[in-house]
Amino acid sequence: MLAYTVRRLLVSIPVLIVSTFVVFLVVVNAGDPVANFAVSRQPAPSKPAVAAFARHIHADQPVAERYWNWITGVLHGDFGPSVQPNLDIGHDLFTRFRVTLTLVAAAMVLALLMAVLFGVFSALRQYSVADYVITFLGFLFLAMPVFWFAVLLKQAGIRFNQQTGSQFLGTIGEKSPYLEVDTTWNQFTDRIGHLTLATITLALVSFASWTRYTRASMLEVLDSDYVRLARAKGLRRGKVMTRHALRTALIPLTTVVSLDIGIILGGAVVTETIFQWHGMGEMLVQAATSIDVYRTMAWLLLSAVIVIGLNLIADLLYAVLDPRIRYD
Amino acid sequence: MTTTSSEGVRAGAATDAVLEVDGLGVEFPTEDGIVRAVRGVGYRLGPGDSLGIVGESGSGKSVTATAVMGLLPATAKVRGSVRFEGTELLGLSDARLSDIRGKGIAMIFQDPMTSLNPVYTVGYQIAETLQRHHPDMKTREARVRAVDLLGTVGIPGPERRVDSYPHELSGGMRQRVVIAIAMANDPDVIIADEPTTALDVTVQAQILDALETARAETGAALVLITHDLGVVAGHTDRVAVMYAGRIVETGSVEDIFYAPRMPYTLGLLGSLPRLDREEERLTPISGSPPSLLNLPPGCPFAPRCPMRRDVCDRDEPPLRPAGRDGHLSACHFAEDLVGTGAEQVFDAVGADSEALARFADATSTGNREEDSV
Amino acid sequence: MTDLKAPGSPGTEVPRADHEFTVKQRSQTQLILRRFLRHRAAMISLVVFLLILLWAFLGPHLWHYSYQKYTPDNSQPPSAKHPFGTNAAGYDAYAQVMRGTQTSLKIALLTALGSTLLGAVWGAIAGFYRGVVDAVMMRVTDLVLTLPLFAIALVISSRTGGDWYWIAIVIAGLTWAYVSRVVRSTVLSLREKEFVEAARALGASDARIIFRHLLPNTLGPIIVNATVLVATAILTETALSFLGFGVQPPDTSLGLLVSQAQTAVDTRPWLFYIPGAFIIAIALTINFIGDGLRDAFDPRQQRVRQ
Repeated sequence: MLAYTVRRLLVSIPVLIVSTFVVFLVVVNAGDPVANFAVSRQPAPSKPAVAAFARHIHADQPVAERYWNWITGVLHGDFGPSVQPNLDIGHDLFTRFRVTLTLVAAAMVLALLMAVLFGVFSALRQYSVADYVITFLGFLFLAMPVFWFAVLLKQAGIRFNQQTGSQFLGTIGEKSPYLEVDTTWNQFTDRIGHLTLATITLALVSFASWTRYTRASMLEVLDSDYVRLARAKGLRRGKVMTRHALRTALIPLTTVVSLDIGIILGGAVVTETIFQWHGMGEMLVQAATSIDVYRTMAWLLLSAVIVIGLNLIADLLYAVLDPRIRYD
Repeated sequence: MTTTSSEGVRAGAATDAVLEVDGLGVEFPTEDGIVRAVRGVGYRLGPGDSLGIVGESGSGKSVTATAVMGLLPATAKVRGSVRFEGTELLGLSDARLSDIRGKGIAMIFQDPMTSLNPVYTVGYQIAETLQRHHPDMKTREARVRAVDLLGTVGIPGPERRVDSYPHELSGGMRQRVVIAIAMANDPDVIIADEPTTALDVTVQAQILDALETARAETGAALVLITHDLGVVAGHTDRVAVMYAGRIVETGSVEDIFYAPRMPYTLGLLGSLPRLDREEERLTPISGSPPSLLNLPPGCPFAPRCPMRRDVCDRDEPPLRPAGRDGHLSACHFAEDLVGTGAEQVFDAVGADSEALARFADATSTGNREEDSV
Repeated sequence: MTDLKAPGSPGTEVPRADHEFTVKQRSQTQLILRRFLRHRAAMISLVVFLLILLWAFLGPHLWHYSYQKYTPDNSQPPSAKHPFGTNAAGYDAYAQVMRGTQTSLKIALLTALGSTLLGAVWGAIAGFYRGVVDAVMMRVTDLVLTLPLFAIALVISSRTGGDWYWIAIVIAGLTWAYVSRVVRSTVLSLREKEFVEAARALGASDARIIFRHLLPNTLGPIIVNATVLVATAILTETALSFLGFGVQPPDTSLGLLVSQAQTAVDTRPWLFYIPGAFIIAIALTINFIGDGLRDAFDPRQQRVRQ
C-alpha cells in the first residue's frame, strides 16, 4: 500500500504539471491585465508606468518562460506577483484556505450524515410515502440554485436574529470583527453561529445527489444474495442491516464523495460570496475581476492539489474498506 | 413422506413430519397486475427424507423455498400453511423466525459467486451463524469449528482458507463454504436452491457430494430444487415436478422416471440425454411457460401439450392419485398414461414429439367413443 | 432460475413472457417510447418544459412590453398589467423573466448540444480505434476532467464580455469529457458485437461504422447524459451570471435577475422568487425527463408500483 501511495504521488506530479500548464495558457490568454491597468487607473498612467507594471507582473516574458518561473517559484514558496501592490499571494492563499477548509469540511460532514440517514431510510422504506417525499425533495434540491437558496437562508437568518433578539446566526463574514480579544468560548460560539447558515447552504449542493446514491446503493445491496444468505443464517434484521447491508453499501460512496470535491469548491465560491466570507471564494472572484494571473493560478493550483489528494485518499480508503481491492 | 395438493389429498400420518407445507400460495402485486407465482403447493418431509423439486425457470420452485424461509419481500402475499416440527411458520414474527432460520431450516442459494459477503472472511461468515445460534460460543471456539466445517465440506487447507475472502476462492469452493454455513448448526432441514446450476459441470458432482456429506453429518432432511432431472435422480427419494406455480406430478424417483403420468414430465424426460437408451434424438418441449399474470382457466400446460383436448382449456386438473401409492398427477388423462406401459411411453417420447402427438391422437379417438356413449 | 430476486423481478419478467405469447413483438423504439410514456413524472415534466420553452421564445413577440424599455410604473407588485410586477427602475418583470428564461435556455441547450456532439464523436473515435489513439485521446479527456468547471468558467467568462454563446462554449468546453467517457465505454463493448463484425465484413468504412452503427446504438446513454448537461449548464450559467461573470446587462438571464433582486427579497419578493422558481422549474423538469429516459432505455431499472 505504501509503495502504491508513493507511486500514485509520483504519477500525480506530471499530471499536475501538464494540467497547470494548460490552465496557465488559458488564464494568461483570457485577459490582458496590462491593458486593464492602463485604462482603469485614474489618472491614466504614463507609458513608462505601464511598462513597469508589465515588467512587474512578468507580462513582458514569453508564456513558456513565465510558466517555468512560476512553477519553480512555487516550489520555493513564491507564488508570483499580484496585480495588487503589496499582496503576498502565498500568505493570502493559506489564510483563506483555512477559512474555506472549515466551511467545506463542515458542509461535507453534514451532507454525508444527512445523505446516509435519508438514503438508508428511503431504501428501507422503498415505495412508502416517506420514500417518495425524500425522493422528490432530492429532485427539488438537485434543481435548486445554490445562490437562490443561500439568499433565502440569509434572509431567514436575519429574521431569526431580529425575532429572537440575538446575534447568534452570523450572516456576514466567517466571524465577527473585533472578537480576537474575547474569551475562547465566545469566539467559538461566534464561529459556529457564522458557520451554520453557510454550512447548510453548501451541504445542500451534494446532499441531494449523495442521498440518491446511498438509496440506490443500499437497495442494490438489500437485494443481494449475501444479504439473503445472512438472513437465512438466522441473523437478526438489525444486524443484517448494519453489518452486512450498510457496511457494504457505503463503500462506493467514498469515491462519489471524493469526485464531488470540485463541485463543492465551486459551490463554496458562491456561498462565500453571499455570506461575504473572506475565503478562497472571495479570492477567486477578486482575482478574476482584477485579471490577476498569479493569484488565479495560486487558487487553481491549490484546488488541483486538493482534488488529486482527496482522490488518492478515497482510493486508499476504498482498499481498506473493500478486501477485493488490493494495491501492490 | 408424502405430497399433498391444495385440495388436501394426503396420505400418511402428520405426526413425525419435520416440515409440512400445505396449500401454499404466493402472489406479487406488480404494476401490470397480480402475479400468482405459487398456487397451492404442498409437501411433507419426515426426518432425513429427501425431496427433489423440478421445474423450469419461473415455475415457482424458488419462491416456494423462499416462502418457507419467510424471506419473501414484504409486498408478497402468502397463503396456506408451513409447519416446522409442528410450529406454524406463516405469520410468525421475524424475530421468532430468525431463531429457526439457520438452525432449524438452513438454505443454500444458487449462485455462490454472490452468496457470500465480499467484505468478510469466510471464517467470519461461518462463525457468525454459529455464534448467532450458540450465544455462549467464544470467538476462538467458533473459529475452530469453522475450520472443522470447512474440512468436512472438502476444502483443502481449511486452517488457511478460514481467513480467505470470498473473492480468493473459486465458485466451487465458495459453494462449499455456503454448504458449511448451512450445516453449521445441525439443521433438521436443508433447502438447496439450484446449488449446482451456476457451476462448471466438472464441479457439480463434487458439490453434490459435499451436500451428501452435510446431510450425513447432520441427518437433515433435504429439499433439492433444480431444473435438472439428472441431479434429482441420484440424490433424492422423491420428486415433485412443478409447472406454473403448482406441483403437477409427484412420486418416488422410480415412479417419475419410469412411469410418469403427466405429459410435462414426459417432455422433461424426453429432453434429458440418456446413456441407457438407444435413441439419440432429444425431444424439446416447444414454447415457454405461461405468464403467471392473468393465467387463463384450464391446464396451464395445455398450450404446449401434444395431448391437449377441449377439457384441458376449460378445467385445471387437480393433483390426484395415479398409479402406485403416493404417486400423484395433475392431468385429465393420467389414466390413459397409466394404461400404457412405461416402456411404451418412453418409446413415444424418446422418438420425437410427433410420436407423442400420434400417441395423443390414438388415445383421443378412444376418448371420443367414450363421449358418445 | 431467478423468480425471486427482487420485488421488481416478477414485474420485469412477466411482461416479457407476456408478449412472447399474447402480444406481438414490439420494436425497440416502440418499447422505449411506451416505457417513457408510462413514466408519469417524466411526461408531465416534458409538457411543462416544452411550455416554458415556447413561452420564452414566442412570448416576447406577443408581449407589449420589452425587457429593455422602462415603464412608468416603479416597484409594482404583480397585477394584470404587469403579471410579474415591475422593478425599482420600472422595467416590466414579465418581459424580463421571459427574456432571462430565453437566454438561460439558449445557453443551456447550446451547451448540451456542443458538449454532446464533441464528447460523442471524441468518445466514439477513441473507443473505435483503441490502442494509441484511445490512450492519447483519453489522456486529453482526463486532463479536461481535472479542471474545476465552475472556477475555470468563472475565470474565462470574466474576460469574454458576457455574450451568451461564449458562456455556452466555455461550459461545453469543460463538460464534454464526461460524455466522451460514457460513449467510449459503450462503444468499446459495442464494437465486439456481431453487427459491427457484419458491417466490417461487408466492407463498410470506419467512418460509416462509427456514424451509422456505433453512435446510433449509444443514443440511450447520450440522450440521458444530455439532459444532465442541460441541468448542469443552467445551474452553472445562472450562478456565473449571479456573481457577475455570466450574462451582462443590458441583456439578462435568470441568474442575473435573481442577483439584481437579492436585496429586495422582503420589499419586492416577486422579483426574487419568480426567476428563482423558473430556474428550479427548468432544472427539475429536465431531471425528471432524464430520469424517465433512463428508465425507458434501461428496462432493468423498471420499478414495481404497489
